[in-house]
Amino acid sequence: MFGYRGKALRLLKSLEIEVGDRIRVEKGDRTYEGILMPRSELGDPNHVVIKLPNGYNLGVKITKETKITKIEKGKLPKLGLPPLEVKRDPAKPDVTILGTGGTVACRIDYRTGAVYPAFTPQEIYSAVPELAGLANIEVMEVCNVLSENMTSQLWARIGRAVAKKLNAGADGVVVAHGTDTMGYTAAALSFMLKGLFRPVVLVGSQRSSDRPSSDAALNLISAVAVAGKSDIAEVCVVMHGSTDDDFCLIHRGTKVRKCHTSRRDTFQTINDIPIGMVRNGEVTTFRQDYNRARPEGKVELDAKFEPKVALVKVFPNIKGDIIDSLLDEGYKGIVLEGTGLGHAPRMLYKSIRRAVKLGVPVVMTSQCIWGRVDMKVYSTGRELLSLGVIPGEDMLPETAYVKLMWLLGHDLSQEEISSLMRTNISGEISPTSRPDVFPTPPVLRTLVGESRL
Amino acid sequence: MGLDYKKLGLKIGFEIHQELDTHKLFCNCPATLREEEPPIKIRRRLRPAQSELGEVDRAALAEAIKGKGFNYHVYPDTICLVETDEEPPHPINEEALNIALEIALLLNAKPVDEAHVMRKVVIDGSNTCGFQRTILIATDGYIEIDGKKVRIPTVCLEEDAARKVREDVSFVDYRLDRLGIPLVEIATGPEFSDPHTPAKAALYIGQILRATGKVKRGIGTIRQDINISVSGGARQEIKGVQELALISKVIENEVQRQVALLEIRDELKRRGATTVEKKFIDVTNVFSHTKSRVIQKAIEAGGVVLAVKLSKFAGLVGKEVQPSRRFGAELADHAKTYGGVGGIFHTDELPAHGISIEELERLREVMGASPIDAVIFVADIKDKAEAALSAVVDRANQALIGVPEETRRALPDGTTEFMRPLPGAGRMYPETDIAPIPITEDRIKTIKSSLPELPESKKKRFIDEYRLSESLAERIVLSENVDLFEALIRKYRVEPALVASTLEETIVNLRREGVQTVNITPSALEEVFERISKGALAKEAIPDVLRLVASGISVSSAIKQLGLERISKAELIALISETVRSNLNLVKERGEAAIKPLMGIIMSKVRGKVNGKLVYELLERELRRASKVQTP
Ligand SMILES: [Zn+2]
Repeated sequence: MFGYRGKALRLLKSLEIEVGDRIRVEKGDRTYEGILMPRSELGDPNHVVIKLPNGYNLGVKITKETKITKIEKGKLPKLGLPPLEVKRDPAKPDVTILGTGGTVACRIDYRTGAVYPAFTPQEIYSAVPELAGLANIEVMEVCNVLSENMTSQLWARIGRAVAKKLNAGADGVVVAHGTDTMGYTAAALSFMLKGLFRPVVLVGSQRSSDRPSSDAALNLISAVAVAGKSDIAEVCVVMHGSTDDDFCLIHRGTKVRKCHTSRRDTFQTINDIPIGMVRNGEVTTFRQDYNRARPEGKVELDAKFEPKVALVKVFPNIKGDIIDSLLDEGYKGIVLEGTGLGHAPRMLYKSIRRAVKLGVPVVMTSQCIWGRVDMKVYSTGRELLSLGVIPGEDMLPETAYVKLMWLLGHDLSQEEISSLMRTNISGEISPTSRPDVFPTPPVLRTLVGESRL
Repeated sequence: MGLDYKKLGLKIGFEIHQELDTHKLFCNCPATLREEEPPIKIRRRLRPAQSELGEVDRAALAEAIKGKGFNYHVYPDTICLVETDEEPPHPINEEALNIALEIALLLNAKPVDEAHVMRKVVIDGSNTCGFQRTILIATDGYIEIDGKKVRIPTVCLEEDAARKVREDVSFVDYRLDRLGIPLVEIATGPEFSDPHTPAKAALYIGQILRATGKVKRGIGTIRQDINISVSGGARQEIKGVQELALISKVIENEVQRQVALLEIRDELKRRGATTVEKKFIDVTNVFSHTKSRVIQKAIEAGGVVLAVKLSKFAGLVGKEVQPSRRFGAELADHAKTYGGVGGIFHTDELPAHGISIEELERLREVMGASPIDAVIFVADIKDKAEAALSAVVDRANQALIGVPEETRRALPDGTTEFMRPLPGAGRMYPETDIAPIPITEDRIKTIKSSLPELPESKKKRFIDEYRLSESLAERIVLSENVDLFEALIRKYRVEPALVASTLEETIVNLRREGVQTVNITPSALEEVFERISKGALAKEAIPDVLRLVASGISVSSAIKQLGLERISKAELIALISETVRSNLNLVKERGEAAIKPLMGIIMSKVRGKVNGKLVYELLERELRRASKVQTP
């Protein structure tokens, strides 16, 4: 019951007390009166939590001398946000928000401290009223998982929903997604949505929407603006562009990576510049080479992924047994996150040779994150190439992993896979390496002096 | 003021906020305040969260209407991602928790079994997350003041807020240095009914806090919020009273204010005033040739002069509600807060400020205002002027009902100004980033075993053990020098009363004379008392020595400069017999009574070099001898 277990649960049950009831707890020279609150999963089973009339919660340890009495039965809290009815405006774009888990918007019940997610468009309008001025919102829940639990089956399910909505006339689709694996899902959608003619925008938040400082509202407003108003017919990620609540960046789905555990501006376009930015609901693009939106079209879903692909980081002392066990387990593809320009120690050669012989493609990316793989500079690289390792150009390891899963999902020859891995399909490979996209910590401008950087 | 507080139904409670002397509550940053311009500024906004009623809280709503952005000043060497709300809070600072528990126990409060961190919604920007983290540590404490129990219902541990350094129309600047410093919040019950006892209670609690030796000292490290209500009036929360001396004055002024506001209401009722409408009229034309610089400037910058009529308010806008603060100032506070304007004009203060009688007459004509009506006007950009007048009308309409509940800011002169409406209760929800914190019996036992001596028992001990007078004991116990006092008397064989009076009377007197007593260091005092304990300095010389030490020289040079090197007993005896011999006439005339004038003569030569009692004894002996010599 609401996190209660063990001793506390037995006691409450025996007294027929439920969460929300007003109770009195007496213990020694102390007496508390308040509402029985849910027990946090982080807490032990020996305390009951009550909210005092002054709003504070406290826990009382259950011992022999603890006496609990029920004063009054609690009222069940109403669920959901107070809906805000908004009539459909034909002059405004229609945008579908797909939920995948987590909350884009929510409401707090201060009486119980519970946080209720917004589900319906009315609830979302009510939480983020600015959206009503931007688009007609439709909401659909595709799945409800934490983003670390995302799978290739769920990618396909999300892709199917996106294609269905766009083909049914939505002007754009926003996918609300947990940030941890948002980059992977963005890459997966980039490969599986063929003939994309409208924007598909992934969005999330780094500070939960139950706090007044949440980045969720600005991110959502900006995402809806891109989905509804922009001509960017690509899969992109729209998130805070700086630590300020100022603008959001529009990242290409195959070039974006979560780079910080907690900051708002965690997402960065790697090895390239973002497609553009959104400030105050207005979209500005930084480049011309993006796929333009068209009024009409048809999205075709190609959502076949081979789940048995592994992403392996190379490290000093790595042994071939890691690769061998993957092969023994029937893995169909391996992406290596090599050192430097795309290297792996000699100890791996034997196992790599075995993989190639078994028809398991081995793709090389770099754990440097920034930069391009070049396996012709040093002998190690040349030897790996000669073993049949496929160089991953300047692809992100995560994108290369998703791309290999997708290619392996199709009936392709080893040569075709090798060739397609090296060919740009959805913006994942840049033809040139820009000299101005490797970030310098701002503190160095002070330490070294602006002019030297 | 001859107000009968009992009859007025005065009810007062207060909260003390004391910063603890440790690092921040939820990260490892030091509690270092910074004064230079910051290398980084972060721009943020906050959105009010919705309450269960589908309405935003009214205080939250007020902030949202203001719609300001926030500039946070960041000093990367002493402020981390936790303060900038870019990283979850770290586990609680255990030292801070222990200090808070120690304070709770000293206040006879009962610690909770398990502490829960709560988020208290505050969206004026002073907390980057939009809430203040606060923890109820103990309940149901009490102190005794003049033999009466004062209840301390709650003791909380919370984060201090960021410091506001600037505010303009669209942004408020906050410095993040203070954000997150641990604070103990001690709340009394609403049980005081006169303006003076709260100050006593606050003083006493302050002593207990300092007795721990683990709280910060200095300006701004302890702050009092006072809750006041008068029957028929309304509850006011007055924030940020930094000096104890101001508490009584703030209370007296607030009572006066509420009484005056109720008089305004009664007068409006008597005049038959009705709800003021938000009918704003553009009167820019009236002032097209004005001599008022403020209005000229506003019009030149593309602004307008917008006016509203407050029917039957004439004379009341100019009524004083606090010393030198008129009701008009309250209207202006609201206009500034919600409209971001510099101020308002009202007809009760005009003609003045460059506005002529002719302009005033035309204004009244345009507004259709009779002599019993007041007109308020604002010169600024139209949007701001409208927002300002709208706030003025809202406040004026509250005057018809009585006193609105407000959070007010204490000003250094003991008056107060409007900050925001009083927040509704219960804007709290659990902080899910931090697990509940069990407070074990072992932990409480350990803290109990080393509780500091409280001021009361220390005073008793000083009287019993050191034979101090009651008043001197009380003074030294309340003094910052209490530890120095005990250190000195433990180290040197000196009279405790002498040490206490030197610290609490001599030095205070010197300070009143304008002597820079801050230069008198503990080590200089040690040197002085060491000499006294060895008989190398007379206690009469202490004020002169310290006066010189305060001017920046060492104790030994002070003594030399004063010519206070000791004289030997032989030299003294020689001086005494010499003096008696040359005053034999006096001795003959007055006999034993001659001792008094002779003492004066001798002391004027040896003061500070020798103990007066010794001089007296030697002189007495010498006189006896002299008279024996004469008798035959
Ligand atoms: Zn910090």
